[in-house]
Amino acid sequence: MPQRADAAALSYRDCVSAKIKCLRYYRQQKKRVSRDRVSLLFMGDNDMISQLTSTERQYALVILVLMSLCGLVMAAGGRGDPLGVHGFVVLAFSVGLAFVLISGFYAPQPDPEQQTQYYDDPTKVGIALTMAWAVFGMFFGVWVASLLAWPDLTFDQAWSSFGRMRPVHTTGVIFGFGGNALIATSFHVLQRTSRARLSDQLSPWFVLFGFNLFCVLAVSGYFMGITQSKEYAEPEWYADIWLVIVWIVYFAIYLRTLARRKEPHIYVANWYYMAFILVVAVLHIVNNLAVPISFGSAKSYSLFSGVQDAMTQWWYGHNAVAFFLTAGFLGMMYYYLPKHAGRPIYSYRLSIISFWGITFFYMWAGSHHLHYTALPQWVQTLGMSFSAMLLVPSWASAGNALATLNGAWHKVRDDATLRFMMVAAVFYGIATFEGSFMAMRPVNALSHYTDWTVGHVHAGTLGWNSMIVFGAFYALVPWLWKRESMYSPKLVEVHFWLALAGAVVYVFAMWNSGIIQGLMWRTYTENGVLAYSFLDSVEAMHPYYIARAFGGLLFLTGTIICSYNIWMTVRAGKALATDNDAEGDIPVFARNAVQAGE
Amino acid sequence: MEPRKRDKVTGRTTTGHIWNGIEELETPIPKVVFAFLAGTFLFAVLCWVLYPAWPFGVSYTKGLLGFDQRNVVTEQVAKAEAARIEDWGGKVEALDYAQIEADPALMQPVREEGRRLFEDNCAACHGVKATGGPGFPDLTAKAWLWGGSSETIAETIRVGINGTAEDTRSSQMLSFGKDQMLDREQILNVVAYVRSLSDLEPAAGDAARIEPGKEIFAQNCASCHDEDAKGNQELGAPNLTDETWIYGSDQQAVYTTVYNGRQGHMPSWGERLTPLQIKILALYVHTLKAPQ
Repeated sequence: MPQRADAAALSYRDCVSAKIKCLRYYRQQKKRVSRDRVSLLFMGDNDMISQLTSTERQYALVILVLMSLCGLVMAAGGRGDPLGVHGFVVLAFSVGLAFVLISGFYAPQPDPEQQTQYYDDPTKVGIALTMAWAVFGMFFGVWVASLLAWPDLTFDQAWSSFGRMRPVHTTGVIFGFGGNALIATSFHVLQRTSRARLSDQLSPWFVLFGFNLFCVLAVSGYFMGITQSKEYAEPEWYADIWLVIVWIVYFAIYLRTLARRKEPHIYVANWYYMAFILVVAVLHIVNNLAVPISFGSAKSYSLFSGVQDAMTQWWYGHNAVAFFLTAGFLGMMYYYLPKHAGRPIYSYRLSIISFWGITFFYMWAGSHHLHYTALPQWVQTLGMSFSAMLLVPSWASAGNALATLNGAWHKVRDDATLRFMMVAAVFYGIATFEGSFMAMRPVNALSHYTDWTVGHVHAGTLGWNSMIVFGAFYALVPWLWKRESMYSPKLVEVHFWLALAGAVVYVFAMWNSGIIQGLMWRTYTENGVLAYSFLDSVEAMHPYYIARAFGGLLFLTGTIICSYNIWMTVRAGKALATDNDAEGDIPVFARNAVQAGE
Repeated sequence: MEPRKRDKVTGRTTTGHIWNGIEELETPIPKVVFAFLAGTFLFAVLCWVLYPAWPFGVSYTKGLLGFDQRNVVTEQVAKAEAARIEDWGGKVEALDYAQIEADPALMQPVREEGRRLFEDNCAACHGVKATGGPGFPDLTAKAWLWGGSSETIAETIRVGINGTAEDTRSSQMLSFGKDQMLDREQILNVVAYVRSLSDLEPAAGDAARIEPGKEIFAQNCASCHDEDAKGNQELGAPNLTDETWIYGSDQQAVYTTVYNGRQGHMPSWGERLTPLQIKILALYVHTLKAPQ
């Protein structure tokens, strides 16, 4: 009996101490996990703030206080106007970031040793923001696509009408998804190919968060009905001014870091990234010249009117495609494709003439968006002829990318990451051919105002832009977080096929519906009257609109899988055994080769 | 610079630059690229020579073809129009409505063009099948506000109803309730009476209201809708004894109509369509049949 009592006592004590241990362990784990989680979300990450020097922390606080004041002024000056709401958005954004900053304000100074390494924190946050915007923007894409098939899906709300949700989709994917991907990868590529750390640690954060504030202002504005009615340039004057400031800082980072480079030559990817930053600034400033009706109002009037306005808008619009969606993404391709394939670039000379060809020819081509309009015909002829010549450097770039894969095609077969990049180059070739083809006036007579245009744009954005981003991220994420591979290579494969199927279904649906529309609008009966009313053509589109929404849904599903895979790679991916990455993403040329920061 | 190496796959040498492991080959630009560039450049030059292209000062090069898109489209439209007029449009313009309707061969293109015109211009309000909807008349019901002959339909299309043309048809039903001409009880009475005229199922308590309602109708409504409530096409006042109700026939709907009054709008299409197009539309509408 006593034995039993002893045993009971012991087991009780054991129980208690085990429970305490357990709790302690659990708390530690929880703390660790939540710290991991936070460092994933980055927002409240003391680790990332402790990387900033105390001077940088002070500057950051000053900037955030200034931004908060700006928000307050906007909120006060714009009372009773949507501008006031945006004032509060700016205020909340800045104060929120200030709280995060203050939470780590008195953390110890960073180890000076870190100055000898690359600075990748903004890239990591940029990747997270990219994926968040991708899911958001593509979700709205599927919604607006469904709206065209089932118009009742607005649920009778003003904010969910087609005219407001469409720019939410386009801004969400082009600027939110594409822009963040460009910023994130450009910081990474710039440092690797210059063998230099970013010029400072504050300005990359300013660019990243500043750009996202712009996107938030844009998208929230559309829901409220704020727009200056210029396609892909919808945000109003105050958001435009803010983007100019952000963009100048972005370009300064590029120039200053390049000035510190340890390589004798500037790598081609950086030419493309720089062309992207510089030209987008020029386009953005000129097209958005406008006079606000008052400083207390969101509304403004463009400096241009009539056909000049249309021409300026499409000079902007087409070169936004050229320099935002082409040049920047070619920069991405020129780094991640050869790097991941382990192959040298096929031809240095081809990269050069393609770069200058694209830069020169694109500038003239915008007027092909205005064929058969009030635009004088001579401008149309120039737009058409330069669009034809533009095909040469476009295909040269695509060809250079594909020829680079010579000697690595077995990897393309086995590795979905590289296949993403290969398919991107193929779609780039298809979309640029299609673009030049549609710029021919006789072709445009059929294709203009039809869904063919929508199909063409999505061949570019789904097939080229998204695929190259996914390929680049699947290569970059394991490098950055020092993982052996993605969490699930199988899910990368699943994503590849979903994305490809989605893009193909989408594009084929729109080719069909677009050409059917174009033909229906120009078919006459033998009595010389139009055979179809506009409504007939709308009814004929219905099955294709359903197919398009389905294709988009496949693509969105792939993107969600990608986000999950990246999340799990960061959280639970298998760490690299050694610090010395065979892929060479860690400074190859020993630490002292990376130039120390100031 | 790193020493140049020979790439085993292509047999080309590298340029000697290495960026974080990325190298470039010294592959010359393939000849096909130059050929392609020359081809597209020739195409461009051809465009510039043949079509209006380069600006100089206040003018621009006109191109050898003397091609002008505005002239081209004007000519093509005029030519197609002339062919249509010669083919059948001229006849439609010249003959009167009864003659056209009696000619099945002529009605064929009229129906084709009429349907297209109707769907592009009228269907937004009257529906693709012309059956209307709440607030918009059903054109297949033959319950005409302003008259149902082809001529009067054409006139209604031309001038519109409460439209912007100077000679537009205009009509308005007064707001008997809102403007305090009738009180609630009186309106309920007259609604009961009006609804009884087309044998609609009476609402609760309507039986006692019909008689007093008749009195109110005679004093307030008959001047437009006529003593027998069959309406007046001179004034655009609808027949209240038939089965057609533009704004709904239940007690609540009719009450709302009497309380707030009504003033429908139809654009003055003479400002946008040609006389021939209006004639075609009138013929099309006149021959519409109610869907089975």
